[in-house]
Amino acid sequence: MIQPLYDFFLSPFHYLFLKRALIGCFTLSLGSAPVGIFLVLRRMSLMGDALSHAILPGVAVGFLVAGLSLPIMSLGGLFAGLLVALLAGMVSRFTLLQEDASFAGFFLMSLAFGVMIVSTKGSNVDLIHVLFGTILSVDALSLILIGIVTTFTLLTLAIIYRPFVLECFDPIFFKSVGGRGGIYHLLFLFLVVANLVVAFQALGTLMALGLMMIPAISARLWARGILTLCSVAFLISFFSGYFGLLVSYHGSFPSGPSIILIAGLFYVISIFFGKYGSLRVHFFS
Amino acid sequence: MKNIPSLTVKNLTVRYGAHIVLKDIMGTFQKGSLTAIVGPNGGGKSTLLKTLMGFVSPSSGSFLNRSPKTAYLPQRSQIDLEFPLTVEEVVSFGLWQEIGSFYSFKKSHKNLVIEAINAVGMENYKKSHLQTLSGGQLQRVLFARLILQNADLILLDEPFTGIDPKTTHDLMIIVKKWHAENRTIIAVLHDLELVKRHFSETLLLSTKTIGWGPTSSVLNSESLHKIHVCSHSFSFT
Repeated sequence: MIQPLYDFFLSPFHYLFLKRALIGCFTLSLGSAPVGIFLVLRRMSLMGDALSHAILPGVAVGFLVAGLSLPIMSLGGLFAGLLVALLAGMVSRFTLLQEDASFAGFFLMSLAFGVMIVSTKGSNVDLIHVLFGTILSVDALSLILIGIVTTFTLLTLAIIYRPFVLECFDPIFFKSVGGRGGIYHLLFLFLVVANLVVAFQALGTLMALGLMMIPAISARLWARGILTLCSVAFLISFFSGYFGLLVSYHGSFPSGPSIILIAGLFYVISIFFGKYGSLRVHFFS
Repeated sequence: MKNIPSLTVKNLTVRYGAHIVLKDIMGTFQKGSLTAIVGPNGGGKSTLLKTLMGFVSPSSGSFLNRSPKTAYLPQRSQIDLEFPLTVEEVVSFGLWQEIGSFYSFKKSHKNLVIEAINAVGMENYKKSHLQTLSGGQLQRVLFARLILQNADLILLDEPFTGIDPKTTHDLMIIVKKWHAENRTIIAVLHDLELVKRHFSETLLLSTKTIGWGPTSSVLNSESLHKIHVCSHSFSFT
């Protein structure tokens, strides 16, 4: 009885590449869960989407310069993401366009530029690798990068927690007591981009956002306080990673989509059965 | 301490593009005064408060002697009611000037927060989440936060619009208490009866100053007629 369960649920992780993938998921989840929660709370879910696509040309240029080198590609991605965020921020400040609209304009340009670089200079396999990622190729170096970004994210959020919460919740009040909300907004965008960049290798630029957003959105239906929200989002995120890897291993499916689809399953379950504001609450109580 | 100029406004003019919102506003809010700002919609009432807060810069003129500690309650608050915070957490932000981003939140702070929550009659809702509150309850919570701000100058933008009479009455008691503590209070209001009953000074504003002084002399039929004409012409031009 125990043996088949063990074979199914645990023994795959004797393989080093799956072990690394699992550790990668765990660490990514730790950092991206709270970032995702704040994206949802700030109603910036789709802005995250724009940012995740915006990093592509940077990754592509990194790839052109150094081949499949994770640090260089990550640096490129970070640069491209921040550039789009800053340009969009400036355009929305000095023109009549709102931030989401100017974001859309820049990220689409950025995405097209990235696809153009990868498809003319790289092979289709490379393009697929960059767009869809493959968590099974996460190596020691990527784990270190993920670890650095996660540590930085959690430390930063811990330090700016109080003013950032106030800026999210009541920006006018924050301004009236002399707070400068713009700084926290920028710092937060930086965290979003950094987390997306380390997630891109594992999940690809198309799905890097999935592990950040879907658990956070699902958590809204289960918890109320900010810390509980983050914890629930982390658990959903990590278990999506774990079950996603299992499904991917046993069914020979690509790992990125498997992980995101498992997260999606958690999301659908939450919509139906969540503790707060779910369909169950809406129709049966 | 009475009648020391607290907030002097000099030839203040504010434009949004080509549109003049405030024109040549000039006068003084005395220290410890309780002033109501009334006037037609679009008359620049909220803009005046925003200018005094430094959120809007005047295109000409200036204002002087702003009190070091100013509290501001905006009209349609940009508060995110869905944000997962409890009443207690929201009220404790009133201590921002003392605690800021990094100082620790001590037991004595906690007691101040509880006192403020009790003062607005929300003692049974300390742990309630914002989204579960009614409009009146939310306004009580925001007043509790104002209490903790312990400001010398308090700017209130339509604090009682859409608020039930009982809450208005209770919160008005708090405003009166602030007045007794010699704080300067400026409130944008619509309810003229309320203004006549509680506010000693009135600034009647319709882009320009129509009247500024003791409420009984400002809110006479002549100036109100003038306002009516102004607001009429305003809405037809």
